[in-house]
Amino acid sequence: MSTISEKILAKASNQETVSAGDFIKTKVDVALNHDVTSVLAFEAMYQMGAEKVWDPDKVVMILDHVAPPSSINSARVHNVIRDFVKAQDMKNFFDVNSGVCHQVLPEHGFVKPGMLVIGADSHTCTHGAFGAFATGVGSTDMGAVLARGKTWLRVPETIKVNVNGSLGEYVHPKDVILRIAKEIGVSGATYMTLEYHGKVVEEMSVAGRMTLCNMAIEMGGKAGICEADQKTIDWLDQRTSGPYDLVKADKDAVYKETLDLDLTGMEPQVACPHNVDNVKDVSELGKVKINQAFIGSCTNGRLEDLEQAHALLKGRQVHPDVRVLIVPASRAVYKKALQKGIIEDFIDSGAIVSNPSCAACFGGHIGLLGPGERGISTSNRNFRGRQGSPEAEVYLSSASVAAASALTGYITHPEEVA
Amino acid sequence: MLLKGNVWKYGDNVNTDYIIPGRYMELTDPEEMAEKVFEEHDPSFRKGVKPGDIVVGRTNFGCGSSREHAPIALKGNGVSIVLAESFARIFYRNAINIGLPALECPGIHDAAEKGDVLEVDVTGGLVRNLSNGKELRFKPLPPFMVEVLNAGGLAPYLNKTEEW
Repeated sequence: MSTISEKILAKASNQETVSAGDFIKTKVDVALNHDVTSVLAFEAMYQMGAEKVWDPDKVVMILDHVAPPSSINSARVHNVIRDFVKAQDMKNFFDVNSGVCHQVLPEHGFVKPGMLVIGADSHTCTHGAFGAFATGVGSTDMGAVLARGKTWLRVPETIKVNVNGSLGEYVHPKDVILRIAKEIGVSGATYMTLEYHGKVVEEMSVAGRMTLCNMAIEMGGKAGICEADQKTIDWLDQRTSGPYDLVKADKDAVYKETLDLDLTGMEPQVACPHNVDNVKDVSELGKVKINQAFIGSCTNGRLEDLEQAHALLKGRQVHPDVRVLIVPASRAVYKKALQKGIIEDFIDSGAIVSNPSCAACFGGHIGLLGPGERGISTSNRNFRGRQGSPEAEVYLSSASVAAASALTGYITHPEEVA
Repeated sequence: MLLKGNVWKYGDNVNTDYIIPGRYMELTDPEEMAEKVFEEHDPSFRKGVKPGDIVVGRTNFGCGSSREHAPIALKGNGVSIVLAESFARIFYRNAINIGLPALECPGIHDAAEKGDVLEVDVTGGLVRNLSNGKELRFKPLPPFMVEVLNAGGLAPYLNKTEEW
């Protein structure tokens, strides 16, 4: 009678069973670190009395947020990290040429079903797409993982989300998760896991499931999880090897709540300023003019997102009042898009294509918004000031809506420009 | 643990971008982080905050990014405790882990106004508003978290704890 979370956490903590509400101390299978949280984690590790990380092979370091550095201080921070990586004999190091950590980690085979993944980044929940339990922590918790290979967790309750129906032509996984956020609210899943089920999720690509799991945190969730299936195995087999622990929820698992959605006929969704649950149908918006369109991030910077944008931008010119920034989520994604001719068409359309990184998502690197400006973004947060000025506004959407809006200069249903 | 200070009151969903914007995530010096606290959301905070002051939020306090810079920036300005109706989980862990008490205290948002003086008995589970006489009880922290706070955070706690 266990949820996926309870099964994975029982195994990780060497117990027969655990139940929602239990506090456990548990070993960690993979520790994910990036450039803006790890220096504090190193300091915490040293303060805990450890000189060496518990297992350098289980620690992955990816420089993605300020990549390449846009300030003297971030260049300094990167060098502190490079020195640490060398001193600790860590071979799982991905420098500023690699991409966003949540794309790079699974692409290089570090995530497998049934694992416990701890990352010093709130969007670590992305890796639940592979049937793992993955959750974000802060730097001091990561310091404890680096020092001891362990953490403590409260076993979360689970909300079961059943997504059924048939999605329209321009309705994508991002629209599904924005709709779920509208239903659950920005704190409706606090401390909980979102377990995604239903026909729409079963038929969804691995990339799409990553989008669903990525945004569990935007509802306060500790984790988002999809059951691993043949699609997961096929994806992983190209990058790593089994055995895979395909954890399924028991039929009589106890859920805190169940949310049933039939999304037949749903329009593309847009999260309006300044909360992720302020979600509307795109046609409800009216003519909302934009100054920037950002297509990228760990939410929607994968090949299928670039393909959605490409289908609309190919052979056309973006609106002269809109700066269009397209950032593939990883070097592998970038290369595939290049080979398919997608990048060339983006450049011909007037878009800027930048190197794989977090880019405009978090407002600390490139693509900032000025006072009074408005941006549409395929990323995950539209908090006031998130992408630059506190007097700017951020709208969240799929790559299709962002690309359609890039063409017209206002937030647009893709059907209008198809 | 008895704490006393003036209230700085905020609303729902005070996210970590508000507490310290993303462009300052490259900072590694706690004092530099402290300088940036609420820079855009409430510039008056940095100018007026005094050691021991208390931050009061409503629901989902600290949502968003996992940046520990957020509780560090609050603590670096002398904030003694954060009280809210509810917290986002990563902020909550981070606060306790750096030795900044964070307490879920239902009713606190209605019971305190900016500038009120609160007295908080962290282990006893009692908040007294000395400005209006109101009292609120809350569920005390689990013993493990009290030990972490008493040690000054998870790092010093683990430094003297073999069993983990």
